[in-house]
Amino acid sequence: MKLVYMDHSATTPVDQEVFNTIKPYYTDVFYNPSSAYSPAQKVRKAVEKAREQVALLINALPEEIIFTSGGTEADNQAIISYAITNMEKGRHIITSAIEHHAVLDSCKYLINNGFECTVIPVNSLGVVEPETLEKAIRPDTILISIMHGNNEIGSIQPIKELAEIARENQIAFHTDAVQTMGKIPLDVKALGINMLSGSSHKFYGPKGTGFLYLKKGTRIGRLLHGGSQERKHRAGTENVPGIVGLGKACELAGERLPEQVERLTKLGKRLTDGILTTIPNTRLTGHPVDRIPGSVSVCFEFVEGESILLMLDQLGIMASSGSACTSGSLDPSHVLLAIGLPAEIAHGSLRLTLGKDSTVEDVDYVLQVLPPIIERLRQMSPLVR
Amino acid sequence: MYSEKVMEHFMHPRNVGQLENASGVGEVGNPTCGDIMHIEIIVADNKIEDIKFKTFGCAAAIATSSMVTEMVKGKSLEEAQKITNRAVAEALDGLPPIKMHCSNLAADALQSAIKDYLGKSS
Ligand code: FES
Repeated sequence: MKLVYMDHSATTPVDQEVFNTIKPYYTDVFYNPSSAYSPAQKVRKAVEKAREQVALLINALPEEIIFTSGGTEADNQAIISYAITNMEKGRHIITSAIEHHAVLDSCKYLINNGFECTVIPVNSLGVVEPETLEKAIRPDTILISIMHGNNEIGSIQPIKELAEIARENQIAFHTDAVQTMGKIPLDVKALGINMLSGSSHKFYGPKGTGFLYLKKGTRIGRLLHGGSQERKHRAGTENVPGIVGLGKACELAGERLPEQVERLTKLGKRLTDGILTTIPNTRLTGHPVDRIPGSVSVCFEFVEGESILLMLDQLGIMASSGSACTSGSLDPSHVLLAIGLPAEIAHGSLRLTLGKDSTVEDVDYVLQVLPPIIERLRQMSPLVR
Repeated sequence: MYSEKVMEHFMHPRNVGQLENASGVGEVGNPTCGDIMHIEIIVADNKIEDIKFKTFGCAAAIATSSMVTEMVKGKSLEEAQKITNRAVAEALDGLPPIKMHCSNLAADALQSAIKDYLGKSS
């Protein structure tokens, strides 16, 4: 059976070139970069080269990059460590209703430890409006964390404008760019932000590696204790192969970016338009234009997402859904509810996210098999009278 | 995650649809996840002569709906009233723990259809 992977927002395969670059660091060049002997210096150099590669992709300085175990750790550190380090300035933080749980749960942790948090709403397109942020600011606000692009509905946030509001109020600004890193151009200087989280496995690097961009002069403590690695920002022996892979993935992403943005935008449009024109009672979720290239999210009325996923799976197509029945908690996706969808509409959610190996044939295959699946499920649905 | 039996019933559900002259109708919603199941029965000589369902829900909900209709078709009302969600889940070779509530839906919808019939006929 032909396999069609359309879940690139969940994870991506490691690029062959990245894999080849990583390999020697597991075996021949295995040394601890902190060791004094000369072979270890090679490893140190590889880590520092990766730091430069990451910095280059987002227009940061190499010393502004802290390697972490992934996007989750970077989010945790940006929020928890920043808040604790700066709590003498205030104990209020602001985030949005559509953040990843790595951000929302970090905020909850802070709430349980004496902080206050305002979760601001988004509009129906899944975008944080600058005025909403402005109204939530208090004299004791010390940190604002708003994601760059949403993992479920693809909407891209006006980070530049939001960060400017933060700056005017002398509040630090963090953005979770896990879903946009390597997919759209990112320039931390132009955005005017203090912190940014990224994750390697979302753009063809290995899992278990990510980074936190920390603008020079931003004071932050550490989350992990026990060593002076990462200029005392993150203890623990560096995950060298992971870091090298992240660096290489950044280099490749930079080279391919313009071409990929164009190609995936077109391919995503073909898929979205195809779905919306052939399947009635279907709506696009998220922003129609300002969205992550190749990210398609829709809701089909009267049917449930897990059923759609399993039927697609029988045909080799891998996708995801924000339906309550697919979540461990049996609650519909907080993102779909935040854009104002009733729970029963959120139930019929389907997310298809394309990547560098997705083809027109893949898209057309989905467009061929999806309408009959929805039709079949609708025939079984008591909501279609 | 699902047993082969669940997948088989999900992909090829039995008794989907509605009945012309239903003698009992049951519809229940699942408070846990928001799903809905609708069952219609035709009773003759104290037996469930025909039964159809429609379900808005996950694969487990569809499979349990299908299984419950298969289990009670041709059975007496007394036998059908004894069907529990556990029995349905077992007949499907089990359900993942988080999906056990979906089988409540099927058993409840059946019982409410029987009740509806008994209410009307008394
Ligand atoms: S019906 Fe929602 S989880 Fe099964």
